[in-house]
Amino acid sequence: MSSAVPQDEQIGRGPTAWHSEAMRRRVRRRYARERRFRALGLLALTIAAGFLAFLLITIVSDGWRGFQRAEVAVEVDFDPARLGLSEADLQGPNAQAMLNRANFRALVRDAASEQYGSATMLSNGAWLSVRDEVRGDPELLGQTKRLWLVAAPYVDLLAKGHIDFDMPPERRGVSAEQISDYRQLRSADAVRLGFNSGFLRKANSTNSELAGVWGAFVGSVLTILVTLAISFPIGVMTAIYLEEYAPKNRVTDIIEVSINNLAAVPSIIFGLLGLAVFLNFFGMPRSAPVVGGLTLALMTLPVIVISARVALQSVPPSIKDAALGIGASRLQVITHHVLPVALPGILTGTIIGISRALGETAPLLLIGMRAFVSDIPGGVTQPATVLPVQIFLWSDEVGRGFVEKTSAAIMVLLAVLLAMNGVAIYLRNKFERRW
Amino acid sequence: MSLGGFALVVLVLAIASYAAARMRAAAFGRADGARLHSRPVYHGTWAFVLALLPALLLVSVWSIIGGNIVASQTLAQLPEAARPAAGIARETFLGELRAVVDGTIAAAFDPNVAAAVPIYRQTQSQWTLLIGGLAILLALIGGGYAWMHSKADFRARTNVERIATILLAVASLVAILTTFGIVLSLLYESLEFFSRVSPLEFIFGTHWSPQTAIRSDQVGSTGAFGAVPLFWGTIFIGAVIAMLVAIPLGLMSAIYLTQYARPGARKVLKPLLEILAGVPTVVYGYFAALTVAPAVRDFAMSIGIAGASSESALAAGSVMGIMIIPFISSMADDSLSAVPGAMRDGSLAMGATPSETIKRVLVPAALPGIVGGVLLAVSRAIGETMIVVMAAGQAANLTANPLESVTTVTAQIVQLLTGDQEFDSAKTLSAFALGLVLFIVTLLLNIYALAVVKRYREAYE
Repeated sequence: MSSAVPQDEQIGRGPTAWHSEAMRRRVRRRYARERRFRALGLLALTIAAGFLAFLLITIVSDGWRGFQRAEVAVEVDFDPARLGLSEADLQGPNAQAMLNRANFRALVRDAASEQYGSATMLSNGAWLSVRDEVRGDPELLGQTKRLWLVAAPYVDLLAKGHIDFDMPPERRGVSAEQISDYRQLRSADAVRLGFNSGFLRKANSTNSELAGVWGAFVGSVLTILVTLAISFPIGVMTAIYLEEYAPKNRVTDIIEVSINNLAAVPSIIFGLLGLAVFLNFFGMPRSAPVVGGLTLALMTLPVIVISARVALQSVPPSIKDAALGIGASRLQVITHHVLPVALPGILTGTIIGISRALGETAPLLLIGMRAFVSDIPGGVTQPATVLPVQIFLWSDEVGRGFVEKTSAAIMVLLAVLLAMNGVAIYLRNKFERRW
Repeated sequence: MSLGGFALVVLVLAIASYAAARMRAAAFGRADGARLHSRPVYHGTWAFVLALLPALLLVSVWSIIGGNIVASQTLAQLPEAARPAAGIARETFLGELRAVVDGTIAAAFDPNVAAAVPIYRQTQSQWTLLIGGLAILLALIGGGYAWMHSKADFRARTNVERIATILLAVASLVAILTTFGIVLSLLYESLEFFSRVSPLEFIFGTHWSPQTAIRSDQVGSTGAFGAVPLFWGTIFIGAVIAMLVAIPLGLMSAIYLTQYARPGARKVLKPLLEILAGVPTVVYGYFAALTVAPAVRDFAMSIGIAGASSESALAAGSVMGIMIIPFISSMADDSLSAVPGAMRDGSLAMGATPSETIKRVLVPAALPGIVGGVLLAVSRAIGETMIVVMAAGQAANLTANPLESVTTVTAQIVQLLTGDQEFDSAKTLSAFALGLVLFIVTLLLNIYALAVVKRYREAYE
């Protein structure tokens, strides 16, 4: 280089005087600017990734406590006289009804009062698990057993260390008596943090320590099944029609335009549609998974159609031509050759659309799926709620126990979505073919 | 027998006619030695279709309109005095009646309803018997007709193909029906609303307080429906704050990914961005409300703003911006990749550094595509609901202070339509008017943005 431009070096002027001091400074400045710009790009990505990490860490660090619950040990004496239940009752045909009538609530309350002076450290619903205990093992009647029962919210807060003792007593959220009660239990070794099995097996409850996500999960599954049953066949059929059959005319254009526009319509508009058409016009039941599923199906349909069309377009024409050439009909070409080849792509798009529907909240709020449902829904016409709506409802609850429940429910939802997307990626990688 | 039972019988009949027609066609092929025009399976399928479709059509039409017919006939059979008045009284009467008949509630509260229950049951079972019988008859006729007509030269395959085409075309009409359903339901309810509140007041009014009092003589019983504060809040959060966050971050991410990142890094980083797009909005909303909003408030307090609200436009808008990043980034990624390589190579060959090439050549060339992507992102942001419902608040303020609470169109729709409501009050109807505005604006934004992107793509092809 230096030998190529000896004159410049000597004279030190002109626009290509590469080795002049001014030029070197300029090049250095330009390279510095280049590095800064590059660092800026990396910074943007880091901010986005950092936010994602921060979001996940916040939720997991709040939420993992939701899978735990405080339990208190109580010696329960299953006294038949006090329960109003005899062994003969449990053997008889009406065992379930007799069990439901027996006074477990008083039994548990008295047992706790005898041992600890009061029963306030137990949850209002602690007796339910005692009843289930007898239901599972009728032999217990007449015996005494030490059971770990669900604790009241304040014990839960204390056991998990959520109470800040530096705060003034009136702002702690628990009273001095409750703290001394808890310390007494602690020294008697009668408190433990156990796995909150109820969280994954029960439905919603007004008591944070008893609330579970299983009801909402079942509601989500029912809703998504309805969505899938409607949007998948109709979406695939629409895509086949548009790709393989549709003549180029006005009607086809309208169909294509409406699909593209529907894909961009805000989800809440579908909620308005569901409210006006399914609930008010057809008079379908409020809060039911069938209505939620229908609404979400209309929302998911364009996503499935668009991805299915892409999958169908990627099938090489030579396959179709060969099949047509040996005498297959159009329908045979599609069902025997095009669909099997395009299916992985269609399924990937469907899973992505369905997982979006699974995380959708707003349209379901409008059709009444925000009702308080304490039963696990048994069918698509029964009142139900879904996981995202459950998260929304719990985030509004004032009880402090619901904060970690909300995060725990988010963890469940994210785990389900992650699993679904994992399946989609697996399908894409396993079956993707380049022609 | 219930309607479902009849449908099951129809299905069995259809399968039977499939088997019969198929066997008969196969027998033709063997017996006469004649060439069959269509393979036996097509004869069977044709019989199946003829048996099933008309009957199924009848049953499904009845299951949609049947409830209303049974209800009105039941009411007609009631004595004059026991009949409920038209309108809401009729709806509640029928609601209770159906609940008793379905067994969701054990007994009726209204004695008139209790009297109507046996009549309803009887009418319903009569109709079910009639429709079910008709469906079975149709199935028998259809299957029998196909069976009798199966001959060696019967063009079963052609017929089956035609039916399949028709079915596919009908399925594709669902998209049109949905669009019409949205437009019609929004228009219908909005017109109802505008017959009570003047459209001018709605579009230009600056006072929004839809809470109407129960008694008409109370103070402020009419409610105010000036939607400007909502429109402003929507634009402020979705098109200003969110975009201030999303455009720089999304654009720089896309530039880094397409121009600087090594293929290996790109393979890891791109899906990471896409995860941001896959997180449900309710999770963002929870995060905005519980983590970001208090942080924003504490920050405002620390710089000396006393009355900082715990629900702020800034919290909702910035979280929404983060949510939009992958959207902008992928649109910018596409546009940058579509710029012909020759332009980039030319610039580099002239001695420009990569960043100079990006700033002076690539971004200007890709600008229409990027702008289109930003417009699509805006349309998505203003339609976003959960983040603003949970983090932006319900106060309809007309303010440009990002630390104050504002509300948006979507947040108001949710607020107006959740909980118990009577359906024909101006308050609930206003939600549909807001929905109509939202629908039109997002639609126009999308059409315009797609046109821009399309024109841009064509320019380089």
